[in-house]
Amino acid sequence: MTTLQAVFEKARAENRAALVGYLPAGFPSKDGAIAAATAMVEAGCDVIEIGLPYSDPLMDGPTIQDAVHRSLTNGTRIADVLRTVEGVAKSGAATLVMTYWNPVDRYGAERFARELASAGGAGTITPDLTPEEAGPWLAASEGAGIDTVFLVAPSSPDERIARVAACCSGFVYAASLMGVTGARETVSAAAEGLVKRTKAQTSLPVCVGLGVGTGAQAAEVAAYADGVIVGSAFIRRLLDAPDEKSGIAAVRELAAELARGVRS
Amino acid sequence: MTSTEGTIITPADLAGGGVRGDDPDARGKFGEFGGRFVPEALIPALDEVAAEYEKAKNDLGFIREFDHLLRTYAGRPTTLTEVPRFAEHAGGARILLKREDLTHTGAHKINNVLGQALLTKRLGKRRVIAETGAGQHGVATATAAALMGLECVIYMGAVDCERQALNVARMKLLGATVVPVTAGSQTLKDAINEAFRDWVTNVDHTHYVFGTVAGPHPFPEIVRDFARIIGVEARRQVLELTGRLPDAVCAAVGGGSNAMGIFHAFIDDQDVKLYGFEAGGRGAESGEHALTLTKGSVGVLHGARTYVLQDDEGQTIESHSISAGLDYPGVGPEHAWLKDTGRATYEGVTDEEAMEAFALLARTEGIIPAIESAHGLAGALRLGRELGPGAVILVNLSGRGDKDMGTAMKYFNL
Repeated sequence: MTTLQAVFEKARAENRAALVGYLPAGFPSKDGAIAAATAMVEAGCDVIEIGLPYSDPLMDGPTIQDAVHRSLTNGTRIADVLRTVEGVAKSGAATLVMTYWNPVDRYGAERFARELASAGGAGTITPDLTPEEAGPWLAASEGAGIDTVFLVAPSSPDERIARVAACCSGFVYAASLMGVTGARETVSAAAEGLVKRTKAQTSLPVCVGLGVGTGAQAAEVAAYADGVIVGSAFIRRLLDAPDEKSGIAAVRELAAELARGVRS
Repeated sequence: MTSTEGTIITPADLAGGGVRGDDPDARGKFGEFGGRFVPEALIPALDEVAAEYEKAKNDLGFIREFDHLLRTYAGRPTTLTEVPRFAEHAGGARILLKREDLTHTGAHKINNVLGQALLTKRLGKRRVIAETGAGQHGVATATAAALMGLECVIYMGAVDCERQALNVARMKLLGATVVPVTAGSQTLKDAINEAFRDWVTNVDHTHYVFGTVAGPHPFPEIVRDFARIIGVEARRQVLELTGRLPDAVCAAVGGGSNAMGIFHAFIDDQDVKLYGFEAGGRGAESGEHALTLTKGSVGVLHGARTYVLQDDEGQTIESHSISAGLDYPGVGPEHAWLKDTGRATYEGVTDEEAMEAFALLARTEGIIPAIESAHGLAGALRLGRELGPGAVILVNLSGRGDKDMGTAMKYFNL
């Protein structure tokens, strides 16, 4: 059983959804990212996505753009990303890397998959890699024994969902809305329908991301999805805090609130 | 072709007439280049655009409408001007300029934009967005949007807004909303990121009028086809004027649409050399340049596999050029393919060389080119000296320099 399978099995046994938290490596600092993600796990995150900072994050809204920009300015490199994964994986959470394709392509798909696996990483989420171009990454990931998560969107027709899901292992990432990352006032009404359509195509768990930021929203999504993904709301806590320590405390608090949400 | 009699475009002209099989494959690949590296959310929209374009390019009604706009609105065919006084500095070669600067809005961008605006209407969408560097594509898009009654939002790097303030004013006057982009390097690449973010959010009613032959499939093919008329006309005109094909065709290359536009009709003419001139900025060694094809490496940027200016870990390196329209760290995938197959040659032209050619054309011929186009002119001067007397060189004078007077005033202390 893979780390991710164990996570969803446990959540199912507890009759709740899994909680997935996102933070970019190197933000608010290289060590601060490990500390913040560890706090998120301690407060109830089952899965952590470590973002690999990229210069052209065209799927991300202003909050993640800001964090990623700061991370790159801090000099974050792929070695730092892998170190972050290693540090966070020690906390026991399934740890994924969320990355645009070009950094992996440039680094070497096989090399990245191998090094991620040996850092204790469970797999990747690749938001700009579609089934047509995924061949090399699927092969490298299979060789390294890590999971591959791809995205479906409200615009995806059923045959596309089937095709994307066939490339996925671990879970399928359902983007709740047509848009970029970022917390929203309400969770998109499109999310539930998309989860339903995705579940009709695959037996894999389906997690919902984009626009979820509060315990109440987590509870709402947990009613129909296998996992709830939260990113920008955590980053917002760190950006708004006067210092790293209070930022991490705020992140821990939010994780606890969300963890209650997925259990309600 | 009686049904298009009297027009300047035929379906064969638009679609490349099946030359060589150089259209991208089903995945949108030119060899290993191109494809789609975008969020899954955009795949249905790209499929929709590709399918609609496939229908449109074989629809005589669409072609007639496009042709009508090119003739009666954009001012096609554009003329071919021989520039002997300028060519005195080119080793005795004959230099012929394809005068895209004389089109409505002052640059070749209008060709692509009119085609895509018609496509937008076919798609049933009411809003267009676009990115712009020098502002020419933004102005062209705002123009077409005004003409066709479409809502228009233009994304432009904040740095570019400043150096092309006149074009910002033009876009606003034309009724467009101009959004300055303050992320990253605040230039063209960041404007493209922001336009993609808008598109994924508003794709149900919005078409992204992509401005160059880059981006995810089918944009490289569509933009090339709509710009292809440049080379189709120029090929006929050079034959009429000189009785033969040119020895070389020159164009500036940023994203590469004006270059693909003039190159494409010559691809089958193996004796015609194709030269693309990239922005060398402060020089190849300075690190401040936009030499994507000549100094970059293969990667993925803005949805396509192509040459990219990137570091050893795939982070995009910011480009530099005195010309906003060439200040881009990526390039269209078909150029990457033409480079690797050896069909076209790509070289750099520095800011200084470009500005010399800019001033030289003004003084010797009374034509003020866009600084982008001046890169192609500088390349032609260099090439003329290499090819020697009697060589015929065709240059795409892709736009006029009115928008660049601020830069010229500073550069030459005018």
